[in-house]
Amino acid sequence: MARAQGPDARWLAGRAAIVGIGQTPFTRGTEKTTLELHLEAALAALADAGLSPDDIDAVIPNEMSGVITEELAMSLGIRELRFSITIRTGGASVVSAIQGACLAVASGIARNALLSVGRRGYSAQRVSKTSEGVMVAMPIMATMDEFERPYGNTVASQWFAQAARRHMHEFGTTSEHFGMIAVACRAHANLNPRAVMYGKPMTLADHQASPLIVDPLRLLDCSLETDGATAIVITSRERARDLRKRPVPILGIAEGHGDPPTSITQKRDMTEIEGLRRAAPHAFGMSGLTRSDIDCAQLYDGFTWITLASLEALGFCKKGEGGPFVEGGRISLGGELPVNTAGGLVSEAHVSGGNHVLEAVRQLRREVEPERQVPDCETALVTCEGDFHEGSVMILARE
Amino acid sequence: VPDVSRPLPQPTTRTAPFWEAAKRHELVIQRCSQCRAYRHYPQPMCPQCRSLEHEWARASGRGTIYSYTIAHRAFHPWWKDRVPYPIVTVELDEGVRMVCDLPGVAASEVAIGRRVEVCFEDVDERIALPRWRLV
Repeated sequence: MARAQGPDARWLAGRAAIVGIGQTPFTRGTEKTTLELHLEAALAALADAGLSPDDIDAVIPNEMSGVITEELAMSLGIRELRFSITIRTGGASVVSAIQGACLAVASGIARNALLSVGRRGYSAQRVSKTSEGVMVAMPIMATMDEFERPYGNTVASQWFAQAARRHMHEFGTTSEHFGMIAVACRAHANLNPRAVMYGKPMTLADHQASPLIVDPLRLLDCSLETDGATAIVITSRERARDLRKRPVPILGIAEGHGDPPTSITQKRDMTEIEGLRRAAPHAFGMSGLTRSDIDCAQLYDGFTWITLASLEALGFCKKGEGGPFVEGGRISLGGELPVNTAGGLVSEAHVSGGNHVLEAVRQLRREVEPERQVPDCETALVTCEGDFHEGSVMILARE
Repeated sequence: VPDVSRPLPQPTTRTAPFWEAAKRHELVIQRCSQCRAYRHYPQPMCPQCRSLEHEWARASGRGTIYSYTIAHRAFHPWWKDRVPYPIVTVELDEGVRMVCDLPGVAASEVAIGRRVEVCFEDVDERIALPRWRLV
């Protein structure tokens, strides 16, 4: 495989590892504040790693939550904070934040990094009730607020609907293709008791009968509105060996951006998730692995079209062939490339992508229900996609 | 407290010429004074040649639908009784893209590739919105 052009960060391969994961329950409704959810997940992740808050010296909260480092440090009593960054790429933030954590712990700037991800997507930031909710203000929105919002282009589903429509126009992708992704994710969620859609089977006919929200996207193409948080602890590979659980080394990680990065409608090619397309060669190059080495993929899926376009951008299929690729059960458990094996944002919960990281770690640690376990899972790929086709890619391995 | 009023642009010093022209029912876009490339949305520097010099060029006001969606659900109270409505990305003949709606146009008439032309709505003393119609 041709190596990526540009910077070479292969020294970072495997130098950092995920050593702790934690979560709150994923619910529709909570009495807790977003900060309380993050703290609960953080304590769970630290317990999983066998670390205490006193061991943490790097903190990266997720921008979309509105939680800030200072609040986490104050509550957790972190006294020697040495590294604190905030990533501003919306849904693409989580894996980029992990990239930052890798740099911090592999370089020696910090020892142990804590990332918290999640929000009250049902109880506060509920998109379907935008008029009643309070969204976190994002600087990236200024241009769209001025030039797109006055025409009723106000939320993510509308932005991605135009990308999906153009994809259908150029490549013959159909709503049934989106439905196949939704159905595969729902089937996985029905094997996952943590999933909000556990116990709620869904067929392609159900998908096709679900109401159009923003044509061509139907209700069952959209991610869930849920409350919950996840947390991740990252340390250097050397320290990881002394901790409680089997470490999950980060073999490859990279981020990429769209051009221009301010609106999907202005992209040279809105049918492509450019950030992922640019990041993938660097992540694969760092890992030394190829597409065929990947045992499962946890792909950020704000909408089903994003999953389809991500498969193309990552190089699992050619541009425009994402529709045919998801046919025939290829992305289901037991298929050639199981995707979103916990149900994804469309059927497990929308935890700003944190749940995708947790699922990859659990698959590699053999911590999922037996019927959901990808056989002999040695590698897992995780993406995040956010803002306007920004993207980041991470490749994890079983130690 | 939810803001139910119509979301309108808040012009800045960078974007004011666009909105001032709209009040005169003229569609203008930035054009680099050095390399002559058109650009939109307004920004201080030409991403092609990095010149800070630009002029505001009058656009033809004609373009082609590049993509669209039909919003069947309102995500802002102002559109609550206005669904379904189209949201369209127009590629101007000058090559730049704009987002707009198509007032009075039925969803079934909207298609990629259809030709459109600009029209203006005088919203209030401060703002006129460029909107578009099928040709």
